[in-house]
Amino acid sequence: MANLVIAEHDQGSLKAATLNVISAAVAIGGDVHVLVAGHNAAAAATAASQVVGVSKVLHADGAAHANLLSENAAAQVVANASGYTHILAAATAYGKSVAPRVAALLDKAQISDIIKVIDADTFVRPIYAGNAYATVKSSDSVKVLTVRGTAFAAAAKTGGSATVETVAAVADSGVASFVSAEVTKSERPELTAAKIIVSGGRGLGSGDKYREVLTPLADKLGAALGASRAAVDAGYVPNDYQVGQTGKIVAPDLYIAIGMSGAIQHLAGMKDSKVIVAINKDADAPIFGVADYGLVADLFDAVPELVAKL
Amino acid sequence: MKVLVPVKRVVDYNVKVRVKSDNSGVDIANVKMSMNPFCEIAVEEAVRLKEKGVATEIIAVSAGVAQCQETLRNAMAIGADRAILIETDVELQPLAVAKLLKAVVDKEQPRLVILGKQAIDDDANQTGQMLAALLGWGQATFASKVEIAGDVATVTREMDGGLETISLKLPCIITTDLRLNEPRYATLPNIMKAKKKELANMKPAELGVDVAPRLTTLRVDEPPKRQGGVKVADVAALIEKLKNEAKVI
Ligand SMILES: Cc1cc2nc3c(=O)[nH]c(=O)nc-3n(C[C@H](O)[C@H](O)[C@H](O)COP(=O)(O)OP(=O)(O)OC[C@H]3O[C@@H](n4cnc5c(N)ncnc54)[C@H](O)[C@@H]3O)c2cc1C
Ligand SMILES: Cc1cc2nc3c(=O)[nH]c(=O)nc-3n(C[C@H](O)[C@H](O)[C@H](O)COP(=O)(O)OP(=O)(O)OC[C@H]3O[C@@H](n4cnc5c(N)ncnc54)[C@H](O)[C@@H]3O)c2cc1C
Repeated sequence: MANLVIAEHDQGSLKAATLNVISAAVAIGGDVHVLVAGHNAAAAATAASQVVGVSKVLHADGAAHANLLSENAAAQVVANASGYTHILAAATAYGKSVAPRVAALLDKAQISDIIKVIDADTFVRPIYAGNAYATVKSSDSVKVLTVRGTAFAAAAKTGGSATVETVAAVADSGVASFVSAEVTKSERPELTAAKIIVSGGRGLGSGDKYREVLTPLADKLGAALGASRAAVDAGYVPNDYQVGQTGKIVAPDLYIAIGMSGAIQHLAGMKDSKVIVAINKDADAPIFGVADYGLVADLFDAVPELVAKL
Repeated sequence: MKVLVPVKRVVDYNVKVRVKSDNSGVDIANVKMSMNPFCEIAVEEAVRLKEKGVATEIIAVSAGVAQCQETLRNAMAIGADRAILIETDVELQPLAVAKLLKAVVDKEQPRLVILGKQAIDDDANQTGQMLAALLGWGQATFASKVEIAGDVATVTREMDGGLETISLKLPCIITTDLRLNEPRYATLPNIMKAKKKELANMKPAELGVDVAPRLTTLRVDEPPKRQGGVKVADVAALIEKLKNEAKVI
């Protein structure tokens, strides 16, 4: 057995999600190799070589990978896929864009968002917004998987010493090109890696109120900020704040849900948090059904008081 | 320019599904079925492109059981011009759907295919990317804004750290995210009109596609139940619990 992990990186460093994918590959068993497809990405390749569990890094460096376009990334994976029984990526925007493309090029099925490895052919994945867990067995010779980060502990970032092998980079597909990026700037921890998340819903009423009420709490707790779809749709916060079935999947030690009702699509993204706190003025809000600690109160009173007393 | 919009019939998003007691799957007998919400957004976007004069014809396609006709009628009520049902009782997986759609693309020669980013039943998030790969086309997943000028689509995508804009040569694939648009309601006159629009029926074999599943679902389980906890009286009690009982702050 041999696993090829598709690294997610920003050319300079590895994204945290890749560490969880490496753990999933270790759970499958056999060699774990990491493909770093980038442009001037030697630092990312070196970082990958230091992760515990990795025995080899394939480093493809070329202009085609300057903007991490899916078309080129998938072509690169396919060019280096021979000999691997498992090809894995994180279930992130990047991984979800690349892995299905790889699978189709190899004429293989793709299994999305695995949360458990049963054996080399059999995996568990959530369906219906996490309301059911399917155990799925693949009959394909190569398994192409995306991995839900919250379900696998991160591999240790340093301590390993894999060899780095340079492989030829593919040419640009010519069908897609990068125009611009609008990156949400934040000093806060990344949502999917945060230990504490302060998350706000429609109950906040506006973007100004969202920031005015929740920022002090997040500052005090060193927390990341999250939101419901309703809060994102209403423009309180950018899209990458959305937690849920169709947003980000998080599992922090503490998730504080403020002014959100607890729709199944939202719960799908946060119900594996260790401790859930809900603050809502409606005692019957479904969020209280999953909260370890519920406070029935007006958030505009309760949150400032919480900040003052912490 | 022809636009193809694949639409999926799924359990309505308001339904909380139950796992069958024999663990063979989820019970979807007698539950409300609807068009996948992301597919509705896809149809809406196609209709807006037609209203802007960019698209000339919108073809909705669905693969699955005979009842998908309802979903296709729904798409035509929103504004699709005609529809194709690829009828099969086989459990379809994304790779099979992508191959069926490729066969339709080969026949119909659309310049643009707009799909939902994910179906809310299987939550796979694969079909559009697979179709793009099979066709050798560019893809813009998770679109929140689409502009088409001449032979180029400029698409803003919802990424993990914000937004990204890319440009694609047509023909290409776009998959929709939640904030691309707000689908209109079908009006009664349009629902009536949709009943008269052309709905073609074909079988996977006619398209020369092998739809045999590659994955077998061995069992389906209820996820671990999260126990609701306690209500605390006030902020002070909450802090006390978080510090001394949960020990998370
Ligand atoms: C296809 C699809 C995908 C979706 N994906 C997601 C997803 O990924 N993530 C997601 O979150 N949602 C998702 N949704 C939306 C989801 O169904 C809900 O609409 C959404 O989560 C509701 O957000 P909310 O809880 O903020 O708003 P609401 O449901 O409106 O809840 C607001 C809550 O705030 C409380 N409140 C109001 N004022 C106060 C106050 N002053 N003090 C205290 N409490 C107050 C109210 O009692 C209420 O419970 C999806 C929906 C669909 C159809
Ligand atoms: C003035 C007006 C009057 C209306 N009167 C009715 C009415 O009498 N009965 C009614 O059902 N809806 C009517 N509608 C449409 C209604 O607003 C919803 O669009 C419709 O009920 C869809 O709800 P749903 O998607 O949850 O469908 P569901 O309740 O899920 O409908 C079941 C199935 O019906 C099909 N379907 C749903 N909507 C449409 C559609 N627009 N065209 C074709 N097929 C469709 C779908 O395949 C769907 O799976 C009316 C709309 C307007 C503006």
